[in-house]
Amino acid sequence: MKYIDEFRAADLARGLAAAIARDVLPARTYRLMEFCGGHTHAISRYGVADLLPACVRLIHGPGCPVCVLPIGRIDQAIRLALAHGVILCTYGDCLRVPASDKLSLQRARSQGADVRMVYSPLDAVRIAREQPGREVVFLAIGFETTTPPSAVAVLQAQAEGLENFSLLCNHVLTPAAMHAILAAPGGTAIDGFIGPAHVSTVIGSAPYHTFARDYGKPVAIAGFEPLDVMRAIQLLIQQINAGRAEVDNEFTRAVTPHGNRKAQALVAQVFALRASFSWRGLGEIRQSALTLRPEYAGFDAEIRFALPDVAVADHKACECAAILRGEKQPQQCRIFGTACTPDNPIGSCMVSSEGACAAHYSYGRWRAAGAEESLPYAQ
Amino acid sequence: MPNEYAASLNLLSDQVELNHGAGGRAMQQLISQVFARELGNEFLAQGDDGARLPAACGRLVMATDAHVVSPLFFPGGDIGSLAVHGTLNDVAMLGARPTYLAAAFILEEGFPLADLTRIAASMGRAARAAGVPVVTADTKVVERGKADGVFITTTGVGVLVDGVEISGSNARPGDAVLVSGPIGDHGMAIMSVRENLSFAAPIVSDSAALHGLIADLLAAVPQLHVLRDPTRGGVAATLNEIAQQSGVGIVLDEAAIPVRPAVVAACELLGLDPLNIANEGRVLVFCPAADAARALAALQAHPLGREAALIGEVIADPRHFVQMRTRFGGRRMIDWLAGDALPRIC
Repeated sequence: MKYIDEFRAADLARGLAAAIARDVLPARTYRLMEFCGGHTHAISRYGVADLLPACVRLIHGPGCPVCVLPIGRIDQAIRLALAHGVILCTYGDCLRVPASDKLSLQRARSQGADVRMVYSPLDAVRIAREQPGREVVFLAIGFETTTPPSAVAVLQAQAEGLENFSLLCNHVLTPAAMHAILAAPGGTAIDGFIGPAHVSTVIGSAPYHTFARDYGKPVAIAGFEPLDVMRAIQLLIQQINAGRAEVDNEFTRAVTPHGNRKAQALVAQVFALRASFSWRGLGEIRQSALTLRPEYAGFDAEIRFALPDVAVADHKACECAAILRGEKQPQQCRIFGTACTPDNPIGSCMVSSEGACAAHYSYGRWRAAGAEESLPYAQ
Repeated sequence: MPNEYAASLNLLSDQVELNHGAGGRAMQQLISQVFARELGNEFLAQGDDGARLPAACGRLVMATDAHVVSPLFFPGGDIGSLAVHGTLNDVAMLGARPTYLAAAFILEEGFPLADLTRIAASMGRAARAAGVPVVTADTKVVERGKADGVFITTTGVGVLVDGVEISGSNARPGDAVLVSGPIGDHGMAIMSVRENLSFAAPIVSDSAALHGLIADLLAAVPQLHVLRDPTRGGVAATLNEIAQQSGVGIVLDEAAIPVRPAVVAACELLGLDPLNIANEGRVLVFCPAADAARALAALQAHPLGREAALIGEVIADPRHFVQMRTRFGGRRMIDWLAGDALPRIC
């Protein structure tokens, strides 16, 4: 755990917390969105919000790949497994995502679907190699971090001449979602962004300059450890106080201006922009997702199985869209914690522990409920 | 029982057949060559459908547990030893001294007899080490595909002396919360050998019978409030159960919770939290704060409790929240998981 524990040191956190408390201007609030689910997870797990002054509000963003995956796409995967009898492989995160008709991939499994959890798309390629008589589909989800491995899987399957492997591609793009949030009619309540960690290792820091330049919103790219997050928060506060809007990179140990060019080339080789993609919670966003290039159409499950694209509307009472734009807090949604819970998620933000609502429900509820007064520990 | 009518089983190469559960000579042969040999004791040797046992004084405690685990063999144990430990621990968690075990086996057609023998031998060793015999047993065989190798249900009986009142509903504000050793070993040991995910980690299951440890602890601190083994769902789920059952809140101190570095690293890699990982040889202890030091000393004096630690305390909280002061200096809630712990991708 060497090189990780150093970024979780409590004494450094105390020093940084004191510095942030000195930096903030008491008259204003700082509404900072951490785009990435990985940051949401770190903030929740280490109790980072607890170390910040009350005027710093963290808004959990849409960077949880499971949360933003539209119900219609999970329905397609379930249909592939149940009606087409394929071996449906996916990451563990996807198994519990609720779909139509009270189904999920996990429930579909109990109805006889062959759904398998894998840790890498190459595991799905291996299954296809070992079971030449079965169709194997990898339900590919995620932002720029998980896209290059999917590209490698397609190229590997092609190199091996596997004709029973295909991809149900749901890869989405971070900058497109940030644009959608910032370009929302009526503007946004966000003062700055904590920029993604792993995504930025792939795409680099350069793509964020547009948010600083065109929208006047500072960005600070941060690693996924709690001290990374606190340092990025400090950088954002300093920019906001000085009236600056720039891209700071706190995560220089892994993120360069231009990112991982080899990974970018692999992605460009295999994938092309989709005209439009429907995000759960954010709605339809133009050029925000990827699909397989025509030359790889044989590996595209949507074409191979002629899957109809069925849009499923988000629940009417759900406030996910407003929460993802920072306009509302989870507890301001009237179904939060009552009809909508992690055991029975209705809105996208409740689906995975990285979603804004689930993170608040599972880790931060005591704060809203006022239980902190009862904590017996001295600070 | 000697069987003069059939060739003896080849325990190295034969497999379980439907005949072995059909009540005929094949079943007798399996029982005598595998189960009676490995689990044998005077009560099992009575050979009847049930066992005649001396009556116990005081109150009886009874617990039952169905064991299914994949893979069947893992570092630090197998389904046989687990089936003994799991049920003995359920009896011990009420403060009782376990006295007898019963076992029921569901075997899948085609299961190798060599593996079954290995499991029965491991079960026999665990029972003998614990000093608690398996006094009656049953075997059924189901068609191939209708089970996963072998399932074992064990039932345990124990004796509870007067004055010991231990229950998940007895936690009181001010109580100290202790754990008997590092958490997450069992779950991560299993995960380290699962299909698709084997990683080279020196993690061994903590599977163990805890009644000896509990007896020593009770002798030192008779007024224990709660004992519970954090099995499925790990420490997080177990503490939430107790908070609900007792109507209290619990506050943990993350820095005080023992977790082995290999478990921390494996959890880090898979995006899991050691608090959600199953244990099979650990116990959470709630006692009045004034007794905490004595309880800790008693735990640490026993081989199974050497790494015991005081990890938190009970508070009054009408919402029954379990909270944790993080090592980082913040605070957070410890919630139940929705379903199994699944690895994260991001």
